[in-house]
Amino acid sequence: MMEIQKDNKFSRRKLLGGAATAAVVLVQTASGKAFQAGMTHKEIEDTTKIQGVLPGTLGTRSDFEKPVKAPSPTSSRTPLQDLYGTITPSDLHYERHHGGVPAIDPSKYELVIHGMVDKPMVFTLADLKRFPSVSRIAFLECSGNYRGANDGKIRPQDICGLTSQSEWTGVALSTLFREVGVSSKATWFLAEGGDAAVMTRSVPMTKGWKDAIIAYAQNGEAVRPEQGYPARLFLPGWEGNTSVKWIRRIEVSDQPYMTREETSKYTESVGPAKIRQFSFTMDTRSIITYPSYPASVEKGWIEIRGIAWSGRGKIVRVEVSTNAGKSWQLAALQDPVLDKSITAFRYLWNWDGEPTEIMSRAIDETGYVQPFLKQLLEARGGNMGYHFNPVTAWYLQKDGKVLFKAT
Amino acid sequence: MIKKLSVITVLFVSLASYRSYTDGWQERVSEGLVAKPDTLEWPKSFGFGRPATEKEIAAIDIDIRPDGKGLPAGQGNAVTGKAIYAAKCSACHGATGIEGPNDRLVVGDTSSVKSRRVKAIGNYWPYATTVFDYVRRAMPFNEPGSLTDEEVYSLTAYLLHANGLIDSKKVLNAKTLPQVDMPAKKYYVPDDREDGPVIR
Repeated sequence: MMEIQKDNKFSRRKLLGGAATAAVVLVQTASGKAFQAGMTHKEIEDTTKIQGVLPGTLGTRSDFEKPVKAPSPTSSRTPLQDLYGTITPSDLHYERHHGGVPAIDPSKYELVIHGMVDKPMVFTLADLKRFPSVSRIAFLECSGNYRGANDGKIRPQDICGLTSQSEWTGVALSTLFREVGVSSKATWFLAEGGDAAVMTRSVPMTKGWKDAIIAYAQNGEAVRPEQGYPARLFLPGWEGNTSVKWIRRIEVSDQPYMTREETSKYTESVGPAKIRQFSFTMDTRSIITYPSYPASVEKGWIEIRGIAWSGRGKIVRVEVSTNAGKSWQLAALQDPVLDKSITAFRYLWNWDGEPTEIMSRAIDETGYVQPFLKQLLEARGGNMGYHFNPVTAWYLQKDGKVLFKAT
Repeated sequence: MIKKLSVITVLFVSLASYRSYTDGWQERVSEGLVAKPDTLEWPKSFGFGRPATEKEIAAIDIDIRPDGKGLPAGQGNAVTGKAIYAAKCSACHGATGIEGPNDRLVVGDTSSVKSRRVKAIGNYWPYATTVFDYVRRAMPFNEPGSLTDEEVYSLTAYLLHANGLIDSKKVLNAKTLPQVDMPAKKYYVPDDREDGPVIR
């Protein structure tokens, strides 16, 4: 390594003028390793004394930054505590699938729309991209997205990391409905994926006409395979499972199909004699992502940071308590505050070093207030399950350690 | 300055849905900041895509509705289904649908409220047609979509029988399957949550 470095000490004069082309080729190939990218941080004592890496075809994350999702056999969670702002890097977007990630050849991809329509049609990916396009920033969240831990040792990622946000681009489903001539008598449509689960969900036509997107892009590039490549349904503000990935077929109907995922799953027992079904909207929620387990803090100024979102509309207020819910203060909301989107909030606080609990609660434009866990349990007759969005507290110990606490 | 702010506003608005994007466009057009929405000049049809043939729709139209629409020809019963279950399902769902390791399918008492915390077919599933639809599209996990329609009818019969919902000799077909009474159906209610300060 050191030898190559020596070879690499070109004079400025050599790099300019006629000899430059040959010299640059040398630098990029034979001795490419000598550049900072291939060196350990120990070897680079002073970055001002050695040339940096040449322009490349793909950007990379710093070697010092290693945010990772937390996978299980059925899902993988976004590291909320490691992120900034509101857009989830696409490779850190949460995953939930029921038959693995399929490898779909975009040149063979087709979306069929049939049922109660004038013209049953087949659209290729290229067809979808020719239609007028729409983009919107919105969160996506699995409705089974709450976990706690008795010992408090649980990260935001593990509590509610099945939440992510992207800018989605595609064709409005209403545009395709118009193209195929949907019957005015249609009330539901079935969305079906091309994965091994052949995932199906029934969706009311009203949502399809209102703001549904057949998305082929995410954060400026093609949708990632884990998120439905080459095209997926995206239903802003609704439980993630309804945004069927790898969408291959839409059947327009006048009744729901009562698929497995809308009967035996994604329904919740409420009290002794009620099973709630088609609970699409994601309730309003927030979580403090800093400070949170496993971080440690020192007494003095702390900027409490977190995220808030609502499937019902915009976040209008986030309140923060630094005394276990005895009193609440308004947090600052970071623009932009978008409909059905993750909104970042912050609250500057001077910690006196005494043990306390901090927590946040979100209020949306409909007046919904994020409930405490015990309120939710009471409202649902003691049942837990889907659509659990409780206030989440963090206990700050005297030694600065931060632990989760159920509310 | 005002112009700059308006440009920013337009930017944010354009990030919202297509519909809300087109709302209030007149104002912005009069400010000369954006083009009028192209929806005004949309043709009746863009003509993209091609008509789907009946044959290609039939090849992938595998869904079953609760009223039985979509059920194929064929039939089966629990006795035949038991053998198929043992060979293709028991490794994941247990010898009798109770033992796991994966989802429990069978529950002894289908009427007990307490037992609904276990979401088995007999005490939680509201429609028998869903069993057929799901098994045919997604099972067995290691070989999804590999069962014949006859096998799926038989497996469905076995699972319904194991939950005490039909007789072991009952023949299931497109006509009889939608008629199977499911105890949990009466508990199902559509979403009753609403906007505003209500916790439900």
